[in-house]
Amino acid sequence: MTERIGVYVCHCGTNIAGVVDVAAVSKWAGEALAGRGVVIARDYKFMCSSLGQELIQKDIKEQKLTRVVVAACSPHLHERTFRNACKGAGLNPYLCELVSIREQDSWVHTDKVAATAKAKAIISGGVERVIHHEALEPLRVPIHPATMVVGGGIAGIQAALEIADAGFPVYLVEREPSIGGHMAQFDKTFPTLDCSACILTPKMVDVGNHPNITLMTYSEVQKVDGYVGNFAVTVKKKARYIKEADCTGCGICWEKCPWKFVDEVFEAGMAKRKAVYTPFPQAVPKYPVIDDQTCVYFSKGTCKACQKFCPTNAIDFEQKDELLTVQVGNIVLATGFDLFDVNRIPQYGYKRLANVYTNLEFERLCNAAGPTGGNIVLRDGKTVPKAVGIVHCVGSRDQNYNPYCSSVCCMQSLKFAHLVHERTGADVYNFYIDIRTPSKGYEEFYQRLLEEGTHFVRGKVAEITDTARTPEEEGKLVIQVEDTLIGKQRRIPVDMVVLSAGLQARHDAKDVAKMFGIACSAENWYTERHPKLDPVATMTEGIYIAGCAQGPKDIPASVAQGAAAAARILGKIQQKEIALEPVRASINEEQCSGCRICNSLCPFSAILFHEDKMVSEVNPALCQGCGTCVAACPAGAISGTGFSNEQILSQIEGLLLLNIPVKEAVA
Amino acid sequence: MKKYAYYPGCSLESLAKGYHLSAMAVTKEFGLELNEIKDWNCCGSTAYFPVDELLAYTLVSRNLALAEKMGASDFVAPCSACYKNAYFTNSYLQSDTDLADHINYALEEDQLHVDGSLKVRHLIELFIEDVKLEEVEKKATHPLKGLRVAPYYGCQLVRPRKAKEDVENPRYFENLLSAIGAEPIEYANKTRCCGGSLIITNRKAALSMVQILLQDAVIHGADVIATTCPMCDVNLEVYQEQVNREFGTHYSVPVMYFTQLMGLALGIDPGRLGVGKSELASLQAKAVAQPAESQ
Amino acid sequence: MTDTPETKPFEPVIIGFTCNWCSYRAADMAGTARMKYAPNVRLIRLMCSGRLDPTFVFKAFAGGADAVLISGCHPGDCHYATQNYKAMRRFYLMKRVLAQLGIESGRLKLLWASAAEGAIFAKEINSFVEQVRALGPLHWNTNSPEILDKTVKEEVIA
Repeated sequence: MTERIGVYVCHCGTNIAGVVDVAAVSKWAGEALAGRGVVIARDYKFMCSSLGQELIQKDIKEQKLTRVVVAACSPHLHERTFRNACKGAGLNPYLCELVSIREQDSWVHTDKVAATAKAKAIISGGVERVIHHEALEPLRVPIHPATMVVGGGIAGIQAALEIADAGFPVYLVEREPSIGGHMAQFDKTFPTLDCSACILTPKMVDVGNHPNITLMTYSEVQKVDGYVGNFAVTVKKKARYIKEADCTGCGICWEKCPWKFVDEVFEAGMAKRKAVYTPFPQAVPKYPVIDDQTCVYFSKGTCKACQKFCPTNAIDFEQKDELLTVQVGNIVLATGFDLFDVNRIPQYGYKRLANVYTNLEFERLCNAAGPTGGNIVLRDGKTVPKAVGIVHCVGSRDQNYNPYCSSVCCMQSLKFAHLVHERTGADVYNFYIDIRTPSKGYEEFYQRLLEEGTHFVRGKVAEITDTARTPEEEGKLVIQVEDTLIGKQRRIPVDMVVLSAGLQARHDAKDVAKMFGIACSAENWYTERHPKLDPVATMTEGIYIAGCAQGPKDIPASVAQGAAAAARILGKIQQKEIALEPVRASINEEQCSGCRICNSLCPFSAILFHEDKMVSEVNPALCQGCGTCVAACPAGAISGTGFSNEQILSQIEGLLLLNIPVKEAVA
Repeated sequence: MKKYAYYPGCSLESLAKGYHLSAMAVTKEFGLELNEIKDWNCCGSTAYFPVDELLAYTLVSRNLALAEKMGASDFVAPCSACYKNAYFTNSYLQSDTDLADHINYALEEDQLHVDGSLKVRHLIELFIEDVKLEEVEKKATHPLKGLRVAPYYGCQLVRPRKAKEDVENPRYFENLLSAIGAEPIEYANKTRCCGGSLIITNRKAALSMVQILLQDAVIHGADVIATTCPMCDVNLEVYQEQVNREFGTHYSVPVMYFTQLMGLALGIDPGRLGVGKSELASLQAKAVAQPAESQ
Repeated sequence: MTDTPETKPFEPVIIGFTCNWCSYRAADMAGTARMKYAPNVRLIRLMCSGRLDPTFVFKAFAGGADAVLISGCHPGDCHYATQNYKAMRRFYLMKRVLAQLGIESGRLKLLWASAAEGAIFAKEINSFVEQVRALGPLHWNTNSPEILDKTVKEEVIA
């Protein structure tokens, strides 16, 4: 009982005081726990306010406090606030404990007597615990100035450019042969109707030419080791079978290649490509790849036409995949999205009915570099549709598929409607649940579409069929829908249907998240540190997320997130080192018997075994402080700072009021 | 010989006698023993549930209890409405102990008890799952070559969804028809409702639903429509005249139970299948069922 | 003391261990959403459910708790990758040991709750409290007569 403890009970306005009798609690703490070292107990309206904090600081100095217990809101909100307050008064911040009597007590219980009693028990537990706290210093680790950006879409490109422009090296890793992502597939972007490639390609070229960016395309991350500031990332560069040093990008190889295959990735199945190809003309880097899955040389050993005609002898069929390990300090995951698979809604007739398109297919159709040169025609390649139906919310806002809204499809559907008006003069029907046009210029875009004479039908499309019931429906695709605004079922005959399929997380998002040590939501979007206040950081220090990988969003939001992640990283790089929370395990060498039970328990491989001394040791920089090894050690040789055995056992005693002798309390 | 507790249902005693006869004849050929449940009662069809749910469940449960008492493991119903009622009552008995208690309380009066331990099947499932289609093909000595059949699943056979099966485009009926040598046609409305008992309460609405089905089948070249439910069969067959009068159409499509078509393919005498002379005649007018030998 | 222990309903005292990332946040979420649950559980925050040393559980019972709740992230979602599996293993072992010591298995509960599952957390606590109430007070004998006299102590803070 050599500690001098200050207890501070917050009213939090009426949030706590309305249920818990804070004055009585504070009085009780000062009296019943005096024997445990409490020298002063106060209650105050808002402990987190500057006045509240000053109260604590004054007491620390005048009462010579060695420990502080604040009973208020959740530590996830204000632990740092009170720790800083103590630090300001000269007390080590880790000697301060914040216990929650709000989220855990006043907000969840209605019985005032029971809530007050529970508050006393909670404070008692906090007091017992804090006695065993130690003064700790945060661990400082250096930050490697290089950054890795995974994903070469618009979000990744933005992040890479910002960091590189600030003068630091960036590795940009992209799975496809070229950067650009989904944005490179689009024709026009809403609401300005800028040509997507025209605004994207200058950025792509910047990335390709940037002296600080090492572009690794046709590559995938295999393994991530290390911790914030010091990651070692292993990347597999798939063999392109092209010697980049010799290739000039002249294109003779793909001209001469006699084998054509349907391009399911970039062209969304709408056009063919060769076995040696670049996905699109403005690809960065300009070097093609040979797809060893379709190239005849790899299956039969014949052809080699590309090699015969290559003027610089840049084709190398013997090229192997390369494994490279790079050192980086921070990582941005900007891996983008996949499209909802519309085959899951067979009522919409995709594949069964020829002229039903997905949104990506339609983008390629509209694209001037696409399969029809930008002409909106049916699958036969020549018929111009006279009526087009555009279905919103395919697979989104639907309990049977994805319950969330995909954010961009309304604007995309309006954009499609505009393009159809412009290029065909056809009748356009948009089938929607709500029209979601939140950002700048979006609502005005919708008004424009109204003025263009688009027919808007509020209702979910029930089915798309080619079974005609009347002569007008012969040879047409019939959209069966309930028009909820007039309360009638309608059958609307059209020539072409575009399904605005929703956005989904990448099919391998969960595996990627595991590899990088971050979490995913139930729908496999990467989990941000805080949904409101910290959307680009994750729970894992050093790993950031940006773009649609974090959740469906439009291009400006993706760019903003890419830039935000870059700014955070640049801030860390500038500081040259980062302070890590000193919550981690350490092994007492003398007590360790070398049984090695702890070694295999650590998911971060933070425990090393010294063969010479036959003892284990925890690497404090790798240790994340989970405490599993502390619990597992049979000799009790491992202690966990911040959550030691003494602290927790004492807290249990305090919660059960074993610390107060009955006679004293009753008297 | 695989044994099943057989629940014919009210329609098979009267209007759908042909279904019952053909079911008995065809299952015998494949070694499937349908043992009719003694003293079974009406299942309440679609009419009773909106009136009093608890009593309706109890009505169905009595049949399940009788089947369990028989020592059967499978409860087979040829009518889709009876099937649907039995299937879902059976599964609710397993998941809702409160409901099960109430029902058993009533059944005790009859010295009966229901566990919900049966497997409830529709008659058509037996030919898809218990008899391999290769077997069916082998036994179809008189394949219905050239006969274009519209497989009409009807709605209560596929919905409500039970597991992860395809309710938009199931294929098993088509496969069965191919196995007996017929040519199943493709048409979109094969799982669309025929109107059911709406034909009694709102005839006009039901007739338009029937008209949609008939049109779709006819446009896609059906010579005959095959059904799996007496209600569907009645609506499509008996009311064709009224549809024609109402909509000015001229449909004249034979409608038969799938077991009757199977029976014909197996070479069973049409009389034993409840296939009338005129029905057979109109079938033969469309395409002749040739025995394999005479090809 | 105006009420004898027989007339007041038995209020179990339950110690709960939560993990910092999921279940503690679930409790916070229940609080933020003002969901109401029984006041019988007193929570301790660990960094991870894998930190749970069986000694803590025995200490809680020996100290007078009538039941213990262990909660953490769903399997597969542990912030430290796989440590909640270790908690799970220890839980099953502890249950067997406690049974040998005469403690009913209904007094130790394992609950997985993600940070978004405040409602589930509240509901599970309520049902656990009722379950323990039905089992009655543990009154696990330890040496100190003062600890036996728990009802007096609870009066003190009420």
